[in-house]
Amino acid sequence: MLQVYCMSSSEFNFQQNHFQLLGLPAVFKLDSAQLERLFRALQAQVHPDKSAHLPDVEQRLAMQRSTRVNEAYQTLKSPLRRARYLLLLQGVDTQEETNTAMPVDFLMVQMEWREAVADAAKARDVDALEQQGARMKQETHELEAALAVKMDDEHDYAAAAAIVRKLRFMEKLAEEIDSAYDEIDN
Amino acid sequence: MALLQISEPGLSTAPHQHRLAVGIDLGTTNSLVATVRNSLSVVLPDEHGRSMLPSVVRYLADGSVIVGDAAQSAQSEDPVNTILSVKRFMGRGLADVGDISRLPYRFVDASSCLPTGRQCSTEAASAKHGMVQLRTVAGVKSPVEVSAEILKVLRVRAEASLGGELTGAVITVPAYFDDAQRQATKDAAKLAGINVLRLLNEPTAAAIAYGLDNASEGVYAVYDLGGGTFDISILRLSRGIFEVLAANGDSALGGDDFDQRIHCWLLEKNQLSALNPKDTRLLLTLARAAKEQLTEHNEAHITAVLSNGAVIDNMLTEAEFHTLSQNLIQRTMQPLKRALRDAKLSVDDVKGVVMVGGATRMPQVQQAVGRFFNQTPLTNLDPDKVVALGAAIQANLLAGNRTGDDWLLLDVIPLSLGLETMGGLSEKVIPRNSTIPTARAQEFTTYKDGQTAMSLHVVQGERELVSDCRSLAKFELRGIPPMVAGAARIRVTFQVDADGLLTVAARELTSGVEAAIVVKPSYGLSDAEITRMLQDSTQFAQDDMQARARREQETEARQLMDAVQHAMAQDSDLLDQAQRADIEIQLQNLQDALSSADQQMIKRAIMALNEATVSFAQSRMDKSVKRALAGMNISDLETK
Repeated sequence: MLQVYCMSSSEFNFQQNHFQLLGLPAVFKLDSAQLERLFRALQAQVHPDKSAHLPDVEQRLAMQRSTRVNEAYQTLKSPLRRARYLLLLQGVDTQEETNTAMPVDFLMVQMEWREAVADAAKARDVDALEQQGARMKQETHELEAALAVKMDDEHDYAAAAAIVRKLRFMEKLAEEIDSAYDEIDN
Repeated sequence: MALLQISEPGLSTAPHQHRLAVGIDLGTTNSLVATVRNSLSVVLPDEHGRSMLPSVVRYLADGSVIVGDAAQSAQSEDPVNTILSVKRFMGRGLADVGDISRLPYRFVDASSCLPTGRQCSTEAASAKHGMVQLRTVAGVKSPVEVSAEILKVLRVRAEASLGGELTGAVITVPAYFDDAQRQATKDAAKLAGINVLRLLNEPTAAAIAYGLDNASEGVYAVYDLGGGTFDISILRLSRGIFEVLAANGDSALGGDDFDQRIHCWLLEKNQLSALNPKDTRLLLTLARAAKEQLTEHNEAHITAVLSNGAVIDNMLTEAEFHTLSQNLIQRTMQPLKRALRDAKLSVDDVKGVVMVGGATRMPQVQQAVGRFFNQTPLTNLDPDKVVALGAAIQANLLAGNRTGDDWLLLDVIPLSLGLETMGGLSEKVIPRNSTIPTARAQEFTTYKDGQTAMSLHVVQGERELVSDCRSLAKFELRGIPPMVAGAARIRVTFQVDADGLLTVAARELTSGVEAAIVVKPSYGLSDAEITRMLQDSTQFAQDDMQARARREQETEARQLMDAVQHAMAQDSDLLDQAQRADIEIQLQNLQDALSSADQQMIKRAIMALNEATVSFAQSRMDKSVKRALAGMNISDLETK
């Protein structure tokens, strides 16, 4: 399973995309365990700790390579970022800032959930927050499953972009839940 | 004895040249240096066999410096020039230090550049946000210089013990140290003539020492409560990889604060208000002793006589101490929760909790951590040494001494990095807990027609408002070609290296004209400043020798005083009124000379006391001869 990299200094190609760099097919449905194994194997080669005893120029190069590998891993590890990146490779803009044409029922639910989080924070109600967190995770998983179908099976990138925009809402909600916990702890 | 261990056979003549590398734990209270020897990580002791070097630096009037135990024992005698816990001031401004009235130092506000200040920055901008400085009898010192003195002693100790020049060192820092504190630490090492292989987070160093020793797998929490800093790191250990999932903490919370609580309790109990520096230091020392006493006993008896004659006599019980320190321990719980949340884990996922730092010896700390994680913390390693031992193991690897087994360390940046945007808000560019090294670029544009410059303000912290974050650097990008508003594309790149240190570069993209600048945090020191400090320190190239001479002289003075006092007590009948008065005056003079720490004065006072006691010594000798002739046992004559 595990690909072994033996890379000489000339072989590292900064032009490769994240998938190529890690030696993975450019699809949404990734085996996260395999991604992690490949990342670790690659990082074990390029990490600056491997060249701390070498001249400055080698160390600088190691830093750049290791940075690049971290960037690739962080992007591919997160389903939202991975989808956004795949769409970018396809030349599709996810329009997360500009496209506000969200389904009304989705927006209604979002507003309801955010209010619930705010109320839970105010009431310092950890149980309510946990409930909301579980609901958010459930919805996120469903959206990701739908995204996999649109991306990998149907290649319907416009529909995939619409789901990415929804996932962005879920990410925001997760951040709000986190800061609600912070507020309660304080 | 450390010196006898130097010539380990084959060390320097090994076929694959062994590079001498050490790990240094530059602690708030104590510092240590360790190395890997015969595949084992060991702490290097000094010539007296002491492995811990108290992180205490004393400055004397002639510019010489005393570090460690000798400095520590002078802390009550000379509190203003004896700097303790300097780590708390690294990369910190006066405003960050908090209640300075509780500390016996003379702080210098770096914003008012004083003519005597050797350390004052030439750049107004950096002086304005400068690191706090301390005025000592030897001039104004920055925390970087003070820390460098500690590091120098450890370097010399290591080189003497290993028998050669160091290739480099891994220096540990609290995981929650921000960029300014890290930069200051690296500058201190540079000033001490040390090649820094890596700045390593303290909990990560502990995890290496613990994990490699126990072949651990799974998620571990490292709870590190040191003298002045608190860290919590959540790591995943799996075959050869140490991956930090999240780090959190408080870089101004540690064992010192527990001492302060006891100190305040003493003030309250005895209805004392502001004390002089001597008494403050005395009570702090006693507070620390009481804290340590309470680790193994139910109560601690605190007694002291203050300089005004007031007597302190209090009993602190374990229960009372727990009440006093309760909210300090509570302050460590919030970072625990945050770290777990950031790691997206719950308490049940944590397989073991490793305790690091001397302050984790306090039973109430262990209990609180045990309750939080629902398991007994691992306390089977020496909390004082494990960081240095781990750092040494990493240093050995980084120096290129292949040991056969290889591991990889993936660490994170503890605090988000951002830029100030309109309205004084911080826009996060690199989020906290990003695996390092990492880089992120953000594009900006001009908002006015023909705008040729743009100012950037780099901040670190989690808060929304820039004013609540730490300001790291302000700089201007100049030479943007004049364009209509919004046409320029300025790309700002944040790069964090494996030491967790930030470099910011900015360039304008559209015109092909590049204007790039690299900034260092304004709390750090410029290369020019370091060069100047290095030059300054060569003026004191003799300082080690001087310090030793001084110590010897002080010892001689104390021995002489003891001997004279002893003799006076024993043979008072041999002295007339005038002789006695004369000797007493000279004794007092020597005592004064000792507290002034002026080498010349001590020397003169020793000679004067010797002179004043010549006839007394003569009479005592006569007396003993007479006694001997009277057939007394010779052993009775021996005066100690």
